[in-house]
Amino acid sequence: MKTLTILYIGRNQEITDTMNRLLNAREEWKGITTCLEEEALVMVKDIPIDLVLLGNGISAAAEEKLRADLIRIRPVLKIIQHYGGGGGLLYSEIMAALNG
Amino acid sequence: MAQFVLHKGSTRGHANHGWLNAHHTFSFANYYDPERMHFGVLRVLNDDSIDGGMGFGTHPHDNMEIITIPLEGALAHKDSLGTSSVIQHGDIQVMSAGTGVQHSEFNANADQVVKLLQIWLFPNKKNVTPRYGQITLDIAKRHNNFQQILSPEPDDAGVWIHQDAWFSLGTFDENFETDYQIKKQGNGVYAFVIKGSVTIDGHELTSRDGLGIWDTDKISLKFNTPDTEVLLMDIPMEL
Repeated sequence: MKTLTILYIGRNQEITDTMNRLLNAREEWKGITTCLEEEALVMVKDIPIDLVLLGNGISAAAEEKLRADLIRIRPVLKIIQHYGGGGGLLYSEIMAALNG
Repeated sequence: MAQFVLHKGSTRGHANHGWLNAHHTFSFANYYDPERMHFGVLRVLNDDSIDGGMGFGTHPHDNMEIITIPLEGALAHKDSLGTSSVIQHGDIQVMSAGTGVQHSEFNANADQVVKLLQIWLFPNKKNVTPRYGQITLDIAKRHNNFQQILSPEPDDAGVWIHQDAWFSLGTFDENFETDYQIKKQGNGVYAFVIKGSVTIDGHELTSRDGLGIWDTDKISLKFNTPDTEVLLMDIPMEL
């Protein structure tokens, strides 16, 4: 089974740490996380990331810029909004993104 | 013409963790059904039963309006906003997670199960300041009447949230009939039967069934059993 590499970007460090733990709790996922847009862009350049989750605290303007910057680096990158800040919606959001 | 979707209680996702027996109307945790992702802005409708003394340790939420309705027993809540409280039947709890909040939820009693509905709505505004609220309502006012328990307005009845949503609860006598007028154009209604049997616009529902109706401005209800308890969620259909 291919391991999916998933990048979570959020502003709140505690939630971001929780997301790191939740993503890496599943054998089929490898989670990496950051609270910094600049670091996220470097990660997308250097690591074969399958999916990006945008989390808490990113303003609409920052999100628009971040999406554009990420797509510029990797035009086929899947980017979705993660809601809820925890594990409740994570699996279905990722499945829906991969199947969509 | 009105559109509808029927979710029979027996078709919900189910997870029994021993201490937690949970039924999910929409995809949640390990339950994933692409046909059951949301109804309008209603994303989560969990029907949980938690054993005495057990519960959910501290965990985070963001950008979600979270409403908890205790059906039996009592639930202790603590959060990173400094709240420490216990809610029980008759209370409604709301949390706007916004930019991020951490909380724990435990059965407040060691020797009694707590049963509750937990409902998550997508907010109409992202990254709001996190907020906690709870209210105790007079259950007697729900007899043969839909009592408003939630709205978008701080000054209106019930708790309020960052969404153009109105929730109502009622307990009805057998053969009682009533209509419910949808509050806002573009909203739909998701009816969840807590107890008993009701016929809504010709669809017969029993305990724990859910019916979503949209493209209409009112629904008609006829209650088929004594003490039928129904929750109506009047919510935007556009995400």
